[in-house]
Amino acid sequence: MIRLIPRVENSTAMVLLSPLLALTLTALSAYLIFIFVLVDIPVSSVFFTLFIEPLIDSYYFSELLVKAAPLMIIGLGLSIGFRAGIWNIGAEGQYVMGGIAGSAVGLYFYNVEALWLLPLMTIAGILGGMFYAGIAAFLRIKYQVNEILVTLMLTYVAVLFLSAMLQGPLRNPSGFNFPESRIFHDSAMLPIIWEGTRLHIGLIVAIILSLVAWFGIKKHMFGMQIKISGSAPRAAKFAGFDDNKTVWYSLLISGGLAGLAGLFEAAGPAGQLTPGLPAFYGFTAIIVAFLARLHPVGVLFSALLIALSYVGGENVQIEYNLPSSITQIFQGMLLFYFLACDILIKYKVVLFKTKN
Amino acid sequence: MKYQLEVSNITKSYGDLKANDNVSLSIKDSSIHALLGENGAGKSTLVKIIYGSLTPDSGEMKWANNNYSPKSPFQARENGIAMVFQHFSLFESLTVEDNIILGLDGIGLNENFSEQIIKYSKQYGLDINPQQVVGDLSVGARQRVEIIRCLMQNPKLLIMDEPTSVLTPQEVADLFVTLKKLAADGCAILYISHKLEEVREICSEATILRGGKLVQSCIPQEHSQKELAEMMIGKKLTELARTNITVGENIFSIDNLSRKSDDIYGVNLENIALKMSKGSIVGIAGVAGNGQDELMELLIGEISSPKSTLNFNGQDIGALNSHERRQLSMFFVPEERLGHGAVPDMSLDENMLLSRPDATEMTSRGVIDWTKVATHSKKVIDTFDVQTPSSRMLAKSLSGGNLQKFMVGRELIQDPELLIVAQPTWGVDAGSANNIHQALIELADKGSAILIISQDLDEILSLCEQIHVLSEGKLSDAVDMKSNGLEKISQLMVGGKKEKNSKLIVGAKTDD
Repeated sequence: MIRLIPRVENSTAMVLLSPLLALTLTALSAYLIFIFVLVDIPVSSVFFTLFIEPLIDSYYFSELLVKAAPLMIIGLGLSIGFRAGIWNIGAEGQYVMGGIAGSAVGLYFYNVEALWLLPLMTIAGILGGMFYAGIAAFLRIKYQVNEILVTLMLTYVAVLFLSAMLQGPLRNPSGFNFPESRIFHDSAMLPIIWEGTRLHIGLIVAIILSLVAWFGIKKHMFGMQIKISGSAPRAAKFAGFDDNKTVWYSLLISGGLAGLAGLFEAAGPAGQLTPGLPAFYGFTAIIVAFLARLHPVGVLFSALLIALSYVGGENVQIEYNLPSSITQIFQGMLLFYFLACDILIKYKVVLFKTKN
Repeated sequence: MKYQLEVSNITKSYGDLKANDNVSLSIKDSSIHALLGENGAGKSTLVKIIYGSLTPDSGEMKWANNNYSPKSPFQARENGIAMVFQHFSLFESLTVEDNIILGLDGIGLNENFSEQIIKYSKQYGLDINPQQVVGDLSVGARQRVEIIRCLMQNPKLLIMDEPTSVLTPQEVADLFVTLKKLAADGCAILYISHKLEEVREICSEATILRGGKLVQSCIPQEHSQKELAEMMIGKKLTELARTNITVGENIFSIDNLSRKSDDIYGVNLENIALKMSKGSIVGIAGVAGNGQDELMELLIGEISSPKSTLNFNGQDIGALNSHERRQLSMFFVPEERLGHGAVPDMSLDENMLLSRPDATEMTSRGVIDWTKVATHSKKVIDTFDVQTPSSRMLAKSLSGGNLQKFMVGRELIQDPELLIVAQPTWGVDAGSANNIHQALIELADKGSAILIISQDLDEILSLCEQIHVLSEGKLSDAVDMKSNGLEKISQLMVGGKKEKNSKLIVGAKTDD
């Protein structure tokens, strides 16, 4: 028999070991799945393409970082909100709205060459995401409407709104009626930090933001307010924290960062506003946040891991004709094993013989 | 045949911990025998062994001169040993009669069952209606159902675990009448408690346990309450006495405070009025569920109060939140420890930050200095004798009493001018309760005002010089204690209260 016994103090060793254990289990399960699924292809070469190639090939590695950047930025915002027990699961919608708002500014000043344009677009992107998440905050505070439903449903509205914008005001006037915007001019594009690739400044912004968030959460009363509100709302009132403010902070921060990521995606790798902007980053970032156990620095690493599954997944699709759901299977297994292994932090496993 | 229980040299260990270490006791028939001890002294383990739900590692028992080693509670009941647990096991949606039938292992069922229940209920003064649904009964009435259920099995030994911790004074008095009658009819009673006054009143013998070991068997009437308490905790208790009552000027007043509760099961507060002077300890007595929680929320500032109803040092504080009130030197200890006064999943260090972290420079402009936090929580832990391996332990891993000491200490190191504390010693063992009371008295002696909201009447009577009673959301005037004070308080406490709603407790401490 196996029994889980609560630990008195969280195990520090397990905090570090459990992600490794989860990774190993994911790899093992993947191996088993491949043995059953693959015909005529050696498992080891699929493994190589999936997990190793994106890390050693410079092009794939740069693509990995390109995909990791928005996941980092959105994941950071979500990890703060989730700590407070505010479940913004519609970051995808805020990401789209940020993309639209920021792009609209860029397109409004089309062909204006100026240094202020990109910062202005950035601010518009952040505000777009904040506004969109703010709707959920307002409804929750004013009418006790559940933010999970509001944020999720508004995501679909945002995607349709994007479509409407691209068929209407933001459509490229000389684009043969394709629902796409103009291609941004140079001043409206993010600087590239790795020549010859699509890797843009968003990665650096993500790292800086993560350090700021780490400080805010570990070293500032703001983090305590968020944490206490999340785990014991009455104690938060006892301490004198305003619970409405916590709701506002959580949603505005996560919405603003999602909006920022949306703009970075449009003004970065895409270079224009297209119907393809919503690439599921907003939802995947939920996995990123939880893989990192809501830790702001951990988000950087979990975003890289998830980005690896994206890039590797695409590669095996192309090279071995494997289905695209490979990526989702991996992300699902990763999250499952991570959450499962985390139980070892609070509990220890004891084996014992049953009587009789 | 003499029904007598002889327990000899019982030992029961859990890993390294000896929950019972060579314990012996003997319970004579027709006697009421007290089993005394603090939380964790081994009372429960011993009782579970007698009742067959635990088997001892070594030692033996004799029951009516035969070897007795029950393998299950069922066997214990077959042998005539019954138990009334502290937490009742009744189905709320069923009637009293159905509940009793279900608990009887199918013995002695016949058609006149309802009449049998009434017979027992008359014989032992246990007022009960067999057809009533248990969900509608007060706690006291539910206990009577449990007792009748045991009595229908004609027990020769009845074990009662902390029976009075949930009863009102009148219910306690009624219970004692029943118990005495039972004993007179030949049933022995093993009475588990840590309320010494009760034990001295009804028990003819007492066995005291401490740390799993037998301290002494004695006749409780031959010892004072203080002596018994000291045997229980194993050290001397400090005599509680105010050294310096200098009642100063008015510091805090509540005027005409009314509030309709947001919760439909809540209590509406009506025209609460109270004045407190510097250096005074004021008590609000009352049975739980009469508005204590609602009042505490308003006093802490978790809900704001109407204009000019709360006045502290000449300032209207009704609109201030708890942090702003603390900045004026009002501090609070709420009744609920986990989830209200402390965050269960955070360390003690982190929990320090709930109360005015800026004042002690644990934070400056919101930036936390974790070294200073650790220093301060260490100070609280040392000064108030909180038993914990380190300040990094999660709040929920501490025992109730230790966490209470931590919470009271956290507020006291801020030197409050006004401390408002609900149930300061709820679930706290006698030694720690004594320490907390001592600390409160010292604070008042220094000139601070203290407001104690407690259901423990003994606590209020021993500490407070001004006593009010909260009943159905109304606060009485200060009770004049010079003539028949206690009687007046009792009347005010039950004043117009429907039996059905009187949830809890006077003079009670429960195990955590």
